[in-house]
Amino acid sequence: MKRRKFIERSLVMLAQFGVMGGIFRRAKAELKDYDPSKHYYGMGIQINKCIGCGKCVEACKAENGVPKEPFFFRTWVERYVIKKDNGVTVQSIDPRIERSYEAFAEKDILRSFFVPKLCNQCENPPCVQVCPVGATFKTADGVILVDADRCIGCRYCIQACPYGARYLNPETETADKCTFCYHRITKGLLPACVEVCPTQARIFGDVKSNASPLARFKRMNKIHVLKPSLNTEPKVTYSDLDGEVR
Amino acid sequence: MNPATASLYELLKQVTGYIYPNEIEVHWGILVVVYPYLTGLVAGAFILASLVKVFNVKELQPVYRLSLLTALAFIIIAPLPLLLHLGHPERSYEIFLTPNFTSAMAMFGFVYAWYLMVVLLLEIWFTYRRDIIIWSQGEKSVMRWIHKVISLFSTDTSEKSVEFDKKAVKAITIIGIPSAFLLHGYVGFIFGSIKANPWWSSVLMPIVFLFSAIVSGIALVILLYMILTPLRGEKISIGCLDKMASYLFYAVIVDFSLELLDFIHRLYESEESIKILSELVMNRLFISLGVIQVMLGMLLPLGVMICIKLFRFDEELRKLLYFVSVILIQLGIFATRWNVVIGGQMFSKSFRGLTAYKMELTGFEGFFMTLVLLILPFIVLSILIKILPPWDRSVERSLGERIA
Repeated sequence: MKRRKFIERSLVMLAQFGVMGGIFRRAKAELKDYDPSKHYYGMGIQINKCIGCGKCVEACKAENGVPKEPFFFRTWVERYVIKKDNGVTVQSIDPRIERSYEAFAEKDILRSFFVPKLCNQCENPPCVQVCPVGATFKTADGVILVDADRCIGCRYCIQACPYGARYLNPETETADKCTFCYHRITKGLLPACVEVCPTQARIFGDVKSNASPLARFKRMNKIHVLKPSLNTEPKVTYSDLDGEVR
Repeated sequence: MNPATASLYELLKQVTGYIYPNEIEVHWGILVVVYPYLTGLVAGAFILASLVKVFNVKELQPVYRLSLLTALAFIIIAPLPLLLHLGHPERSYEIFLTPNFTSAMAMFGFVYAWYLMVVLLLEIWFTYRRDIIIWSQGEKSVMRWIHKVISLFSTDTSEKSVEFDKKAVKAITIIGIPSAFLLHGYVGFIFGSIKANPWWSSVLMPIVFLFSAIVSGIALVILLYMILTPLRGEKISIGCLDKMASYLFYAVIVDFSLELLDFIHRLYESEESIKILSELVMNRLFISLGVIQVMLGMLLPLGVMICIKLFRFDEELRKLLYFVSVILIQLGIFATRWNVVIGGQMFSKSFRGLTAYKMELTGFEGFFMTLVLLILPFIVLSILIKILPPWDRSVERSLGERIA
């Protein structure tokens, strides 16, 4: 009986090692097959499709281990309410606190919409320019990343980002921000926020590709970027962007 | 949860309007206020010293060495607040080893090293060389060795060598003035080059920093001179004091004009950010900018100094007024640094709201640490004065005896 159990367990363990080994080999092979110079990533956001459910925020926090407190976000969603008297109220919605937003009488509202925000993965990133040690850098596939082993935590990049997209991770004491889920996209997966969005308000893809949802988004919409006057040339583009959004 | 994060919940209640959710934390706190304040004093004190050597302002001779030592004491402490505010101070050496050349901050290492090594240490060495040699000859044990080491075991006190020292000092001072400009102008550039922040982004920023540096440096040397001279039982040279105050007066006028120009320019252009910046000034910075920086730190001392120029007050009253003025100016310049650094982070880059800053009492970013960092340069200065007395006449005396 004992011997039988031993053999059974050994077989199970062998099988487990085999599967795990296979996974590791596959992951390795995928990274080896991945050629960053063949990609250049961007994101399109269709404001009219966003319903402000905040699933993207939740998914991002879970996927990337972003601290749970409401002061650290790689992506967030802003709710704009523009009233008939031209007053504008903006709130960053928190999916965990239901009905935490200010309510307005419908008759007072002129227009209202949600705007998902994230790192714009700028073509001319001011954060990369100012980093004293080169810890934040642009990859060949156009994503701005932070090397947490090199970052000295001076926070100059946080000051330089016009979009408030960066924060100092209180656990690592280094700068942190959206990576387009770099660990996923290099395996051919979508960023978590894109994957989870129920209305497909976020479209991820290769900016250079001619036939992709992102290319179609750019063909079918009038598109705009945030703070164009700063010449950062964001690779995150918006359709139906209201002039009140900054 | 880490306590710093917990304190952010408190701040959340003080936010007005809308700020980006990542903006609640004021990233550059009081330590980053102290840093430009200290470097400003370095640059200002050095420029005052260089007036003696380059422009031959004889009246300032009594404070020449004191200014140099002050600059040295403050530059030794200046990088400390920066180091303490880093998330990973143990990696700070990367700035020297793998600097990113497009970063203004990465140039810190080079500007600092240049200023400390090439300008200050060399100038002080050449200024003191002969004296140190003579001191070490008449001393015993520890002090003798300290002086021998500092003189780098040089023993030549011949006329020719002293002549060379003088030439070297002049040459270093000539290099030193643009270097002092570079040192503090560069600190201004760190802020002025951030296009994301309309409160900082201004081409005038390095120049405003520079002139406020000169103002604070001269004011500090006046203060030190007025305190240290009576302590040694000597008489304050009113000629020297008047001259320093005169330079201070002109520097304050230039500084004030530049800041006024900046203010008028912003108001006249009225760009997108003007609404939130007005709110910032009227709400969050009213006391520190309106009252302390402008009224107490600038207009009041300026008025006092104009009165001193217009009416010939007697010596004692002049001394008293100078003393009060330089303290007010010091307070004003500290407030200037505060308003730039903290003020620039209290409004949202969405231009829709204001956040708040609450200084801790204890901890690295706390009030007590700030006090320590502001007192430390004076402790260093007192040690430097002990080793390299800036007013020691024994050398002249002993030389006189030798000649006799």
